[in-house]
Amino acid sequence: MANQVPIEEGLFSWPAERPQLIASRCKACDALTFPRQDACPHCTERGGEEVLLSRSGTLWSWTIQRFPPPVPYTGPTDRETFTPYGVGYVELPEGIRVEGRLTENDPSKLEIGMQMELTFETFGQDASGNDVLTFAFRPCE
Amino acid sequence: MNQDIAIIGIGLHPFGRHEGVSAMQMGVDAANQALEDAGVDWKAIQFACAGSLEVTQPDSIIKFLGLTGIPFTSIFNGCATGGSLLLNASHHIMSGAGEIGIAIGFDKHPKGAFSVGDDMAGLGLGQWYGETGLALNPQFFAMKTRRYMHDHGITEDCLTRVAVKNFENGSRNPAAWRRKALDAEAIDNSPMVCDPLRQYHFCSPSEGAAAMVVCSAEVARRYTTNPILLKADVFKTRLYGSFETMSPSNPAEDVPSPTTQASQAAYEIAGIGPQDVDVAQVQDTEAGHEIMHMAENGFCKDGEQEALLRDGATKIGGRIPINTDGGLMANGEPIGASGLRQVYEVCLQLRGQAGARQIPKAVRTGYTQVYGFPGVSCVTILSS
Repeated sequence: MANQVPIEEGLFSWPAERPQLIASRCKACDALTFPRQDACPHCTERGGEEVLLSRSGTLWSWTIQRFPPPVPYTGPTDRETFTPYGVGYVELPEGIRVEGRLTENDPSKLEIGMQMELTFETFGQDASGNDVLTFAFRPCE
Repeated sequence: MNQDIAIIGIGLHPFGRHEGVSAMQMGVDAANQALEDAGVDWKAIQFACAGSLEVTQPDSIIKFLGLTGIPFTSIFNGCATGGSLLLNASHHIMSGAGEIGIAIGFDKHPKGAFSVGDDMAGLGLGQWYGETGLALNPQFFAMKTRRYMHDHGITEDCLTRVAVKNFENGSRNPAAWRRKALDAEAIDNSPMVCDPLRQYHFCSPSEGAAAMVVCSAEVARRYTTNPILLKADVFKTRLYGSFETMSPSNPAEDVPSPTTQASQAAYEIAGIGPQDVDVAQVQDTEAGHEIMHMAENGFCKDGEQEALLRDGATKIGGRIPINTDGGLMANGEPIGASGLRQVYEVCLQLRGQAGARQIPKAVRTGYTQVYGFPGVSCVTILSS
């Protein structure tokens, strides 16, 4: 099995048995931001602390990407073989909506308010042949 | 406004596809039309501003108009660029830096969906966001529309009614790009792009230019007896919590959109309310946003759009005609010029020069609104 590497350092806890998305929490106003950033976009306070976000929440909105995206998309873009993919915002109990790819691309199986959980999927390989991992959301069983 | 600003000349290079014609040539054409319409010689112009996405240096256009040494500002604020141009021109006049100037918007985009470019750092985002296929405006439009439909009981039929209306209006506009009316069946059978939005619910990138000669109301009297007055021009950026494109996360709270902010401020400055507006051009990037912008601009409450569209209230003969020239859907979007196209159409309606699409009642007050990335909106209120 190929070695797995995260698509970007600092996006989610890795390596970890149950990886979580990494956000920043403002020390002054508690505002959460994902991905983490130093200055708070709400109150401008600097030096937010790192927090791990819940792995499940509810689907706030969604769509299906039906055409192959232009650059900088690095997934397959052949029009004949392109597989549409789902995209959505999942509202987590902490009060933040996080955007991500969805593992489901059948519109009849997606509904606002349904329970979703964090998962990870292989998104191509890097130059060294490692599997590149990114996060996604899947409907809860 | 603390001083009356007038628009005395308008010009438009029709939007569409013009092979072999550069964006700047279209800008020159629009500028010359505006000067001619105003009866103003270029030598009388004291300042200029221009905006474009594709043209690296919009102020280069001056060599085709006349090297008279005037100050020239290049502006870019995404889809709201046209609004910014007019605002800059009026600020110039109000500051006393000049009495009469010109605002010019021009663009020429490649075919296909807008790309955000290959470097996400330029948008303040990680490269992963683009690489994994999340950096696409149509997805945002679709997700915002879906949530709004869910919250306010808007149906897919309502989306299609907006598109039918805008293409019908486009068919009456000789300067429109898409001049063929489309029925609901054609729209509903067009391919799904990003659910629930189909191909004919969307506008497309296009080419074109628009220009306005702007001056103080006092100077306007030298040139015309019936200038268009700019009663308000307000530009707003997003507040924390506003749901906007290219957002990997958003706080779970609801705040007024940049359009709602700009609209409310504009009504206050103009001293009127939405019930006083006789014609409106709003950003119809796709049908969902025209529906949401109807409420954000105060023309109805959230959810009332369903009945209004069914009753034809936003058609040319309706209570509040919206996007009478076909909007972005029938004209496409040359980003730098789009906002000035809206103002151009409102000026025609106020002057009674809109031909087959002239509103069949007195038109005294017009309204325009542009909205775009990364959460900017500009509203103008105009009167005859």
